[in-house]
Amino acid sequence: MNKTYRYFAAGLLLLLGTSQLRAETQLLNVSYDVARELYGQIDPAFAAYWKNKTGESLTVKESFGGSSKQARAVVEGLEADVVTLNQVSDVELLHKQGGLIGADWQKQFPYNSSPYYSVIGFVVRKGNPKGIKNWDDLVKPGVQVIFPNPKTSGNGRYTYLAAWAYAGKKFNGDQAKVQDFINKLVANVPVFDTGGRGATTTFVERQIGDVLITFEAETLGIQKQYGKDKFDVFVPGLTIAAEFPVAVVDKYAAAHKTARQAKAFIEYLYSPEAQDILARNFYRVRDNNVAAKYASQFPNAETVTAEQLGGWEKIGKTHFSDGGTFDQAVSLKR
Amino acid sequence: MKRHDTTPTLGISARLLIGAGIAASLFLIGIPLITIFSAAFKEGWQVYWKNISQPDTLAAIRLTVFAALVSVLVNTVFGVIAAWLLAHFRFPGRKLLLSLIELPLSMPSIVAGTAYLFIYGAQGWLGPWLMEHHLKIMFAVPGIILITVFVTCPFVIREILPVMESQGQDEEDAAHTLGANGWQILLRITLPKIRWGLFYGIMLCNARAFGEFGAVSVVSGAIRGETSTLTLQVDQLYHDYNSTGAFASATLLALITIVTLMIKLSIEHSSTAKSSDSITSSSMAAES
Repeated sequence: MNKTYRYFAAGLLLLLGTSQLRAETQLLNVSYDVARELYGQIDPAFAAYWKNKTGESLTVKESFGGSSKQARAVVEGLEADVVTLNQVSDVELLHKQGGLIGADWQKQFPYNSSPYYSVIGFVVRKGNPKGIKNWDDLVKPGVQVIFPNPKTSGNGRYTYLAAWAYAGKKFNGDQAKVQDFINKLVANVPVFDTGGRGATTTFVERQIGDVLITFEAETLGIQKQYGKDKFDVFVPGLTIAAEFPVAVVDKYAAAHKTARQAKAFIEYLYSPEAQDILARNFYRVRDNNVAAKYASQFPNAETVTAEQLGGWEKIGKTHFSDGGTFDQAVSLKR
Repeated sequence: MKRHDTTPTLGISARLLIGAGIAASLFLIGIPLITIFSAAFKEGWQVYWKNISQPDTLAAIRLTVFAALVSVLVNTVFGVIAAWLLAHFRFPGRKLLLSLIELPLSMPSIVAGTAYLFIYGAQGWLGPWLMEHHLKIMFAVPGIILITVFVTCPFVIREILPVMESQGQDEEDAAHTLGANGWQILLRITLPKIRWGLFYGIMLCNARAFGEFGAVSVVSGAIRGETSTLTLQVDQLYHDYNSTGAFASATLLALITIVTLMIKLSIEHSSTAKSSDSITSSSMAAES
């Protein structure tokens, strides 16, 4: 009996003891769903860079999930030192609801605090059996389109906005016709996943849908992961730039006394070293030399930005608020 | 041999029904279970072991075992006390207490997680106070334990309450008149009387603690190697294009279930004295 008790106590201690009590500096990077492979490479690279530069050992912890879900969690107390999300409005939430960062966070780092970007691209099954070339082909009857829920996923929002921009151009701004186009598009979506990777899984693993619409970076990643013989990927004639916002979460970083390291982490993202990692992971980068080196993998396309569509605040109200254009389209489904 | 002859021969419809039942169970339960194991070992033992021994997965195992252990401990103590109270006393609010304890069974666990967030989250009632005192509950280990305790709370009580009610407390009363104190009564009479029910409850509580996903996913923050439980780890690995790794982790969860089932079966086999009452209640709990 005594022996069992001792084993039990030892086991308990072992469990408790191993729950990290390391003194070394830790940063928590809260990031979006499809950035796993990317930050899986950047975070350790930064740790090595920092060790080299300052001699300080540091680990970067990671958390991944749908961008908006992650922002919500940070506001609710997931104490990130830095956030690397995929939507400006998600970072904005940290200012508006959490008071965790200043209103001028986009002024803190170059390119509106966005060290890299991607555009929206298409993935179709090999040989493109449904002949999908452009946005027009997505609203045809019988075509199944996969993209994540615009309400929970930045990825989905960009897709939705690109479709809206395309329709706006096509119908010369006739709102009724544009909404009709969007209604048809949404009607062709059999399932809305909450995040970008979920949509990829639906399309690739569960074999649902004729076309997956997601970030170019993800489309190229899928092709790399599953082979060029399985999927064709391309960027449509008109697309949207998704500028990925980053920020130091001032309030939490100050509490953890990691403001200096957190700032260095974000600055590191702009360095040639990190930009090269980004480009290798199929993100379009800001550094001219790195961009030139990888130019062949990024085709040119007419690209709109969220600013041109009225800015995120207006976009949020018009399209993604309760009763917005997206809700209208969903309510017409079946 | 003789007895075998006396059993009525099965008609064709009965045989068909039994066959259909077995086929359905195989299809619904057996095949998915086999799939998990075959997918996990698809690339061989070494890859399986490599996946299991990843630091993140090991951390997830540790956290899950720890959360389950605490949940079982807390719910056993609480369950015995509450069941005793409910079995032996009639008091105003008894029904209410009973329904309250059973609430986690009917409440979707994601709702439970969100509710905890509204209390302990940075924007919640207690959030600012907790922040001020540097107490981290949400998105940390305490939050995961709290929510697991909540979700698994009804299992022990549901198992032992019917046993206690059906057995009454004559023995306890007798012991009391003979001069036994409270601890002696508890350890020598009450616990031995309810031991099978209690054991069932603990098994179910444990299995549920291991399997919890929805509520934990809300309060965990999924920090790799720190607040990721086994179920979350399965989800993450699957989304990482590492389905072999996801299935490898899933085998651990499946093993827990299988071991639980085996223990349950062997107990049922060995204890003929078990009242049918608690068998029905345990199978009901298992369904939910």
